[in-house]
Amino acid sequence: MNSSSQRVRRTKTGNSPGWVFILPSMLLIGLIGLPILALVWRSANIRIFPFAFTESAVNALKLSLLTSTLCVVVALLTGTPLAYIQAHWSFRGRAFLDVLVDLPIVLPPSVAGIALLMAFGREGLFGNWLSLFGISIPFTTMAVVMAQVFVSAPFFVRSARIGFAAIDPQLDEAAKVEGASSWHVFQHVMLPLASRALITGIILSWTRALGEFGATLLFAGNLEGKTQTMPLAIYVGFEQGLSIALVLSVVLLAVSFVLLVLLRRLELQNQH
Amino acid sequence: MTRSIPSLIIVLSIALSACGFTGVGLPSKSLSSISENPGAAQTRELTVFAAASLTDAFEEIGNAFEAANPGVKVNFNFAGSQILRTQLEQGAAADIYASADHKNMDALIEENLVIANSYQDYTSNGLVVVLPPGNPAKLESLKDLANPDIKLVLADESVPAGKYARQILFNMSQNPEYGKDFETDVLANVVSNETDIRQVVTKVELGEADAGIVYVSDAVAAPELITIPIPVQFNIIAKYPIAILANSSNPGLAGSFIAYLISPAGQAILDKWGFNPIIPK
Repeated sequence: MNSSSQRVRRTKTGNSPGWVFILPSMLLIGLIGLPILALVWRSANIRIFPFAFTESAVNALKLSLLTSTLCVVVALLTGTPLAYIQAHWSFRGRAFLDVLVDLPIVLPPSVAGIALLMAFGREGLFGNWLSLFGISIPFTTMAVVMAQVFVSAPFFVRSARIGFAAIDPQLDEAAKVEGASSWHVFQHVMLPLASRALITGIILSWTRALGEFGATLLFAGNLEGKTQTMPLAIYVGFEQGLSIALVLSVVLLAVSFVLLVLLRRLELQNQH
Repeated sequence: MTRSIPSLIIVLSIALSACGFTGVGLPSKSLSSISENPGAAQTRELTVFAAASLTDAFEEIGNAFEAANPGVKVNFNFAGSQILRTQLEQGAAADIYASADHKNMDALIEENLVIANSYQDYTSNGLVVVLPPGNPAKLESLKDLANPDIKLVLADESVPAGKYARQILFNMSQNPEYGKDFETDVLANVVSNETDIRQVVTKVELGEADAGIVYVSDAVAAPELITIPIPVQFNIIAKYPIAILANSSNPGLAGSFIAYLISPAGQAILDKWGFNPIIPK
């Protein structure tokens, strides 16, 4: 697990074909790096800078931070036990459950949005029933969080599941022989050992939730202060003029960057 | 890992062959059509960037134009007028731009991206209120749009249809029959500003919204919806401009597409989809 200390420091080793690694890497770095560089380059313009501080931009950023944080909390509280069950319990239909939970990762967000509408829309399978109690989910902030959980929680569960599965099951038995309860084992043995995988999962799902667009647009709509997150504000900005979209994109890029750096540090601190 | 590489390669190649992939930039269809009909005249392609509200009408006109001109293939890119304008400004290759408003067309004329003297208005479109089948909020007239707690969906202000809907509400609030507060009361009922007009139609079709304001042509394309007409004195009748792009690789063919559009046959299709014929200048 101690990957950083096992990293090979590349030195000049006579006949090593380093370019076999460097050349393909450069291609990928270029494809990812150049558009981001271009985005920052094109928005480095004093005149369009004030667009970042308009009321609607600030509202969108606040809403994005609020909903993505709520989304991660929900993913943690529900996804950790689910991942543990998937990794350590054996039962009929486990393979099916694994595929079901992974499904949103491969589904396009538009499919996620339509599926959510079909289930929780006013005329939907369960929405119909909810409306009897006067509850209507579409067009609410709750709908934004639900869309984000649907598309991003599977990233957390997947990572947590791999983390739990890597723990030797004999450790569990040994602790129980010593008289520890299941909950005690989970809390004091499993959670600390899987913490790095959990943090990786948090990074993946948080950033995915922050970038969620398609499912939100279809299921939650677009209303400033209520359902208009940053990605939606960027899309609407694009319809008003490129400069608004550019500035908002760079703001979202900066926020995601800071979030990634902070969580990566946490991830590295939790190496065993 | 090493042992699973062969099966990974099999999965990847099955996925590629299933979609008829033959290589970058060489769709299998064009390869086979060339080899099968060596004597046939080369296909001439026309690329049309058109506003989302034109989707149904233009698809039918495209088919009719292809039928009248053998060997011609018309490709459409439907999106919001502003999105199309940005794509063209960023160098997208197309022959014709059909916007839903003059603002975006004028910008392209200013930037010399379209051939200015090819520009003309060829049709127009009014707006209408649509309600989902069954009318869950029991709306009977335009006045009911101000009822508290109804869910109204509009296109965003940045979209031409959203701008027109707000102008209509403003016009109505100037009339004593509706009253000064009408505009504010109706706008307070807005639960979502959709990013294109087709999204408004969908939200109403699904019954998620109690009402929406869309183009007449959208209501024609969704016959299951209930409509409440907007009187001419308040309505905005948007004129649709069209023009040939300066970098068109086939301006002659583009010109004949526009000629077809304003011919009786083209106007009849537009009429069928709820657009109003207009006499070109």
